[in-house]
Amino acid sequence: MSIRVLRLFLLLAFACSASAEIPLAERRSGYQDMGRETRAMQDDDAINPATLWVLDGEALWARRAGAAARACADCHQDARVSMKGVAARYPAFDAAARKVVNLEQRINLCRVERQQDKPLAYESHELLALTAYVARQSRGLPIQVESSERTRATLEAGRAMFLRREGQLNLACAQCHDERAAHRLGGTVIPQGHPTGYPIYRLEWQGVGSLHRRMRNCMVAIRAEPYALGSREYVELELYLMWRARGMLLETPGVRP
Amino acid sequence: MARVVVNMPKQARRGEIIEIRTLAGHTMETGFRRTQHGELVPRDIITLFTCSYNGAEVFRAELHPAIAANPLIAFHTIATESGTLEFRWSGDNGYSATHSAAITVD
Repeated sequence: MSIRVLRLFLLLAFACSASAEIPLAERRSGYQDMGRETRAMQDDDAINPATLWVLDGEALWARRAGAAARACADCHQDARVSMKGVAARYPAFDAAARKVVNLEQRINLCRVERQQDKPLAYESHELLALTAYVARQSRGLPIQVESSERTRATLEAGRAMFLRREGQLNLACAQCHDERAAHRLGGTVIPQGHPTGYPIYRLEWQGVGSLHRRMRNCMVAIRAEPYALGSREYVELELYLMWRARGMLLETPGVRP
Repeated sequence: MARVVVNMPKQARRGEIIEIRTLAGHTMETGFRRTQHGELVPRDIITLFTCSYNGAEVFRAELHPAIAANPLIAFHTIATESGTLEFRWSGDNGYSATHSAAITVD
């Protein structure tokens, strides 16, 4: 065996062993790697700018909409009770749609079927506000997505996407967020990529954005062609990421740099 | 829509220093950015924030283009008497928001 082949073999062996998943006990929320000021911003609702979105969501929850002239509150009553824990188990399998849908899509399904209104545009202020309000009710609860026969195909597709190299930089999610998490990219710590606080207020965005927007960011950064927001591919990846973060506590609405 | 949030104590002792924290939902467009086609995005910011306590102004801030979106303004005042605090934000393109909150001083 020539030296070159041996070196390649060693490199491959190293790459395979390094791509192992992060042990459950060693997982960290991006929150833990943030600066003191940014953490304080998330901790206090009075200074967390995402509060503006949550309050808008609360108003939308009670507002009648669509041909049915029904508000979310007419069916679900008090969101603080009925929506508690809901965001922690999404994306979830929807029996009627016969596919896995995320929280935004679930809200839009309700909007179309129950309120008989046009679906809200993905990443629109209204959809982000409603999602933030619903997800806020699950703050502090452990993430628990369904991992069963009916979600398996989606979960596996998400995992495959996480491990697949893409884009001109030929990088997979796992290379940064599994293997090189806690190392630095430029000056910043690479987070493990657990979606614990979505929708988040990102200081870089100067506003609230969804997990799909954040994924789009990563796709553009590795110079890959991003998928559409709300696409099947992003929902698959979202389910895998939530499964990967199982048991971690939801922080919605999170603040991230 | 909830475009401002004000957080302050509802009750205070006379002479106590109270903290007031305000958040206003605003894009704070600087006026220095350009679109992909090179056109300047016009400035759209909050320019003035004032707080008056029973009619007397206790705090004023002038805001400028370098201030981030959804500005948080936190300040202190002395609880002198029961009454209301009036908060007023005004800015470009006729932007204006008001909020009032009551305080009981004993």
